[in-house]
Amino acid sequence: MSDDVVTIFERSREGRRAFVAPEADVPDVPLEELLPASQRRERPADLPEVSEPELVRHYVTLSSKNFHLDEGFYPLGSCTMKHNPKLHERVAALPGHARLHPLQDPEYAQGALELMWRLQGALAEIAGLPHVSLQPSAGSHGELAGLLLTRAYHEDRGERRTKVLTPDTAHGTNPATVTMAGYQVVKVGTAEDGGVDLDDLRDKADDEVACLMLTNPNTLGLFDRNIEEIAEVVHGVGATLYYDGANLNAVMGIARPGDMGFDIVHFNLHKTFTQPHGGGGPGAGPIAVSNRIEPFLPTPQVVRADDGSYDLDHDRPKSIGKLRGFQGNFGVFVRSYAYICSLGGDGLEEASKVAVLNANYLKARLAEEGIGEYLPIAFDRTCMHEFVLSGRGAKEKLDLRTLDIAKRMLDHNVHPPTVYFPLLVDEALMIEPTETETKERLDHFADVVRSILEEAAEDPEIAKNAPYTTPVRRLDEAGAAKRPVVRGSPQGGGSDPHPRGEKP
Amino acid sequence: MAEASYPEELKYHAEHDWARIEGDEATFGITWYAQDALGEVVFFDPPEPGAQVTKDEAYAEVESVKAVSDVFAPLSGEILQVNEALGDSPEKINQDPYGEGWLVKVRMSDPAEVDSLMDVGAYRELL
Amino acid sequence: MSRYTSVTDQDLKAMLGAIGAGSLDDLFADIPDSVRLNRPIELPAGRSEQEVNDHLAGLAARNRHCDAEVSFLGAGMYDHYVPALIDNLLSRSEFLTPYTPYQPEISQGGLQVMFEFQTAISELTGLPVSNASVYEGPSAVAAAGYLAKLETRRTTLVASRGLHPHSRAALRTHAAGYGMTVEEVPLTAEGATDLDALAGAVGDDTAAVFLQQPNFLGTVEELGELAEAAARTGAVVVCSADPLPLGVLKPPGEQGVDICVGEGQTLGNRLDFGGPSFGFFAAGERFLRKMPGRIAGETRDVDGKRGFVLTLQTREQHIRREKATHNICTSQALNALAGVVYLSWLGKRGLVELAELMLRRTHYAREALGLDAINPGPVVREFAVRVPDLDGLFERARAEGVNPGFRLGRDYPEYEDGLLVAVTERRTRADIDRLAALVRERQRVAV
Repeated sequence: MSDDVVTIFERSREGRRAFVAPEADVPDVPLEELLPASQRRERPADLPEVSEPELVRHYVTLSSKNFHLDEGFYPLGSCTMKHNPKLHERVAALPGHARLHPLQDPEYAQGALELMWRLQGALAEIAGLPHVSLQPSAGSHGELAGLLLTRAYHEDRGERRTKVLTPDTAHGTNPATVTMAGYQVVKVGTAEDGGVDLDDLRDKADDEVACLMLTNPNTLGLFDRNIEEIAEVVHGVGATLYYDGANLNAVMGIARPGDMGFDIVHFNLHKTFTQPHGGGGPGAGPIAVSNRIEPFLPTPQVVRADDGSYDLDHDRPKSIGKLRGFQGNFGVFVRSYAYICSLGGDGLEEASKVAVLNANYLKARLAEEGIGEYLPIAFDRTCMHEFVLSGRGAKEKLDLRTLDIAKRMLDHNVHPPTVYFPLLVDEALMIEPTETETKERLDHFADVVRSILEEAAEDPEIAKNAPYTTPVRRLDEAGAAKRPVVRGSPQGGGSDPHPRGEKP
Repeated sequence: MAEASYPEELKYHAEHDWARIEGDEATFGITWYAQDALGEVVFFDPPEPGAQVTKDEAYAEVESVKAVSDVFAPLSGEILQVNEALGDSPEKINQDPYGEGWLVKVRMSDPAEVDSLMDVGAYRELL
Repeated sequence: MSRYTSVTDQDLKAMLGAIGAGSLDDLFADIPDSVRLNRPIELPAGRSEQEVNDHLAGLAARNRHCDAEVSFLGAGMYDHYVPALIDNLLSRSEFLTPYTPYQPEISQGGLQVMFEFQTAISELTGLPVSNASVYEGPSAVAAAGYLAKLETRRTTLVASRGLHPHSRAALRTHAAGYGMTVEEVPLTAEGATDLDALAGAVGDDTAAVFLQQPNFLGTVEELGELAEAAARTGAVVVCSADPLPLGVLKPPGEQGVDICVGEGQTLGNRLDFGGPSFGFFAAGERFLRKMPGRIAGETRDVDGKRGFVLTLQTREQHIRREKATHNICTSQALNALAGVVYLSWLGKRGLVELAELMLRRTHYAREALGLDAINPGPVVREFAVRVPDLDGLFERARAEGVNPGFRLGRDYPEYEDGLLVAVTERRTRADIDRLAALVRERQRVAV
């Protein structure tokens, strides 16, 4: 069995180099005179020694093993894998952006500050909440900001609250954030129609509750029709209402979280606003807040003077402080701002409408005979930008699990949807096509699903052992967790949890 | 263990834990149903010998690749022994949940609690 | 129809037909009228690619970037040379556009990159386990604080004043959430962490002690001594380290440090007005199951082929939810790719050569400027000096297209006239001489 997987460390050969240092134009003072022995490194870090051609080939070869958005469909629920416009890379690479130091005097960074100011304004208008901080680095970071702001708000009023409510359909980051913010998670149930169970909410909303974290539409892809009443209950006990912006792609220009009653909103610029996902980041999680939350926003804030000049305001006495260094992921702001400029108000509204159209169309195609009885819809209502199917029909009738369907999709060069989330739905498949897919691509996806199910009716073993055509087949994740090997062994040798030839 | 099995001589707890009573000592583990739902166990984080466990409360966690599950004490008592072998081979919990996959051994603090546990018939019905 | 969507009238008709809806508006029936916007969203109309390009170029042109001035500005992010092959590799769709590798069979490229990155960071820091990145430096420091809380259940954090002001601020902001207080340890008159004060500050309720190497002023700290004092009562010892100086500095992992975090911008990433970059997080073996973030692990597939997967996911939010070791989901995978490519480009010898070059140029710069040193001890790439008439220096320098560095006064009022000068490999001897001449100009005028 030829094993062609080699790490960059294993390609290392003593003496090879890709880097040549610039000319040393200063006196060659001995190191002993510059650093105390106690802090001098004795053994150099064992980094690879390779030439540029080998370095390039290594990483280009690795890249060829990645499925990616520029090649195919990614119907991942709540991830909004829409097209990454190519203009954005060009404008992000402009030296005025890419080569600008974060601590440059604001007087000499007016272009950057104006860009941030305008992006803030656009996000405020989209959210329906007037004050924005671009600082958080990702959605989770935005969520944490939201709860820290909530805490500051309550403490400023002389109150100490202890709980935060989240629906049982919430994304895992929500409860994780609650704990990090020092609150106790209290779960609110889901009603039969897929929305928040209002009775359960009223039961649990008391003056110990600091906040309710929601997303609307929710992770089932359903718009909660009772949102106004929910807001009333939450505000009635003096708590804040937090909007997880992961699903904003359904409602831009149609309904605004601020108008629904939310106090704090986070945006995922790497979802709704096209920042490329990069295989796991970077992203950004800016927040928009109401007037009563504004004093607590992180420092610094981008401000605009009467003369039209921009500055960073560090003088914020009630601010929660800083969530991170400098001003945030500016490179991400450039791309999102370019996107908003390109689409404009009309275009953003159209994006949401087509996102919802595409989801409902795909839902209809997947409800057809030959698919629908195996993958019934979890909640039979008009969906928004995503919908959740249950694989229980396939499990019962074909002895086929959602995991197997997902793995067989890989052989069809289609990325599977989000699987086994939300936890509420048995063998869940959460599907979000986004607005940038053509009708033909949606039809093709439906055809792929149909063919996998037909094949399984004949022989379920095929899918159970899929994939077959990918760079590797199913991997021993249990072994990786039991005996974790999280780095290559020193001196270039591969660290092998399973000696060659031994199967897991 | 491929086939569902629930030994007659054991006592069962609604959170899918079993207890084997031997004099004033009891051995705990998780049932076939629990290990099947979890998938291949990759990690068991045991409590320390000498620690107290309380009936109906979680005393440890069992992890598979994709899930974490609390393990509940069917009875109260003091931990006498933990199954050290699970450190290297946590999959014993799947392969032999009632034998080599035992989790902890305790000295019961209140043997009367045994009466509140289910016998195999009642547990099977629960499933 | 925009240039990114493609629903024709024909498509719309067919799709609505299949859905069984009369119009697109029908699909939004669940949204109560009382919460609808019911007016066009107030944003400028969309524009052509060309117009957007020109608008963004216009904004960019109003920023004075590091190619437009000779910059000695550092203070946490630095003007280092990024090789062309990094731009080239990072622009590949296969690295730029995929999602997080939840389906490992079609993500072996990204997962192997993470594994290689983890290996490189482990080598640099001298600690056995590393994750696949966190957001950036200061929030990595805060994440270490959270881990220390989970590990020790204590409630106090002790941080040296030598830590970057943003790191101390982020630590405080996050600690307010997890109910911990932060106590600060002062610097000595030489600009290093005060060992006695540190020893005095550490007690039985100290969960973690935070040091920075080199510290914010650029001082090379006596890390071993400090770590020993810090660990006396069982606190977790955390060091925020600058990765490039680690080419010549003894690794934190060899000096009693438990967790080493830091800012990764200098490893092949852009300045980008402060982000995105990446943070790294490395630790001793005992912290493996409590670490935040993604971790890639090596394994085999059903055919025995070598491969990589995200491992120990039960730590993370999507499985452990409220008991997760951190809430992080999306991190900085693309930036970490730049990091490992950069470290592989430098290589074993290159990193040492680069660090030695900076060391010697920085030494030369400190001598050439001839100013009062705030931290006269050993430095690697940055140092702090007192400048009489700092405003005057900046005025003269700006006029000549030189940025003298970072003014310390706002963050360190005790160094009101302080200037932090960074000397990377891009600052030549001629650049340094130019700054020195600007400094001397004032002194000449004053006489």
